[in-house]
Amino acid sequence: MTYTTAIFYFFAAILVFAGMRVITARNPVHAALYLVLAFFTAAGLWMLLEAEFLAITLVLVYVGAVMVLFLFVVMMLDINLEKLREGFWDYLPLAGFVAVLLVIEMALILGSRHFGLEVMGAPTPHAADYSNTKELGRVLYTEYVYAFELAAVILLLAIVAAIALTLRRRKDSKYIDPAQQVKVKRNDRLRIVKMQSTPKPGTGEGGA
Amino acid sequence: MENVGMDWAAIQTVVWTLIKILALVVPLMLGVAYLTYAERKIIGWMQVRIGPNRVGFQGLLQPIADAVKLLMKEIIIPSGASRGLFILGPILAIAPALAAWAVIPFTDSLVLANINAGLLYVMAITSMGVYGVIIAGWASNSKYAFLGAMRSAAQIVSYEIAMGFALVGVLMAAQSLNLSDIVHGQSGGLHHWYIWPLFPLFVVYLISGVAETNRAPFDVAEGESEIVAGFHVEYSGMAFAVFFLAEYANMILIAALTTLMFLGGWLSPVTFLPDGIVWWLLKTGFVLFLFLWFRATFPRYRYDQIMRLGWKVFIPITLVWIIVVGGMMQTPYGYLFH
Repeated sequence: MTYTTAIFYFFAAILVFAGMRVITARNPVHAALYLVLAFFTAAGLWMLLEAEFLAITLVLVYVGAVMVLFLFVVMMLDINLEKLREGFWDYLPLAGFVAVLLVIEMALILGSRHFGLEVMGAPTPHAADYSNTKELGRVLYTEYVYAFELAAVILLLAIVAAIALTLRRRKDSKYIDPAQQVKVKRNDRLRIVKMQSTPKPGTGEGGA
Repeated sequence: MENVGMDWAAIQTVVWTLIKILALVVPLMLGVAYLTYAERKIIGWMQVRIGPNRVGFQGLLQPIADAVKLLMKEIIIPSGASRGLFILGPILAIAPALAAWAVIPFTDSLVLANINAGLLYVMAITSMGVYGVIIAGWASNSKYAFLGAMRSAAQIVSYEIAMGFALVGVLMAAQSLNLSDIVHGQSGGLHHWYIWPLFPLFVVYLISGVAETNRAPFDVAEGESEIVAGFHVEYSGMAFAVFFLAEYANMILIAALTTLMFLGGWLSPVTFLPDGIVWWLLKTGFVLFLFLWFRATFPRYRYDQIMRLGWKVFIPITLVWIIVVGGMMQTPYGYLFH
């Protein structure tokens, strides 16, 4: 077994373990953290495939941003696990059927007849100065530019729609425009009055 | 026999790498220790005080004394805390802060790993740092710690976007993700540094860096006057010290990255002086001084204003400037942006 193969099996074992724990962990926060571990390990596997851009982007986007927001929500929610587990045995037959179906489908496609080394062939290792990032960029912006731009527009549409759906103006909120607050100058808030410092005649110096 | 030889070579590589890692981490930790000293001295002078001056000459041994004190203290784990995660929190805070240093070049040849996608690697690794804060805040089972963690998570995610866009500008100018190549792109003296064509991005990056490291005036995650000490309120002894180390190591990292990407790294500002690590240290020290200066000058930001600054000011500025840079590169004046 070469060094790379050993690393692959090490990462794969962690990935499978983390994936199992995501669905078996009792605490939802623990489950989300195992998902983070699974993403990170998957990024390691992609790195072995010399797909460094995808690997680093997986960490950057999924681990660094998406899962943070996910954890954010999971931590805020008060999840009642007992209630969630209530119908477990009722749904088990249906879920088991779907699972078996998925396994059969995957076995049909991913079997060695279609994905064996004779059919696909192992990828040839690239030279040290090969930049996966550059190659990916070149393909995306030349050959697949229309599909790429279309996907970008659809994503943008989804972002705008999601924001528009949650945007509502409450009438009773005491909203203050921070832009106006930031622009406040001293003279808007403070008035300096010139006045005599000498006491009025009659009250005297020890009047107080 | 041949196999033994290969194993021996592999072992040598591993040992040699470990020595190099030690040679990087030990000066970094010393830098962290003396950054805390510099912070207390500089802020002291700015506030017309003396600062620490009891331990050693001019208080120079103060950081050592602090470290010894923290080592001797007991680490208390609250009874309601989630034990494993409580210990994992500080580890996840310091690990990315150190791991990111693997790709930081100090001079042409002095770099642990000169990888192609160095800039992406730094961004990905530093984005992991937030987990230390979130996990610590959640595992403490304390409302102050939890509030601090939530604030920190929202803030870091918001400012990371602006930071990432600022870096997009840099990689457009340098046409490379390799940090050494980015520095080489700025050779030729002071006026070739990326700070000039990318000035708005430089400002955004520096301020986002302050926010990312949870430093004043963006230190709402700690906010001692509002939520005691935020996410690390339940930590004591060395566990607390590890958070402290992570914060300062991150500060030095951001300063180093600013130096590399906008201030020409180890390159000399004038052509008649030789390049060298001295320039790197001087520039990084200057950026760190800015961090301390900010802390002494500005009062803490209000939370909604932090969010407004991140989303409604910085992100539009960076987007517009990326378009400006991209557009100018298509004109005869494109050389100004390289």
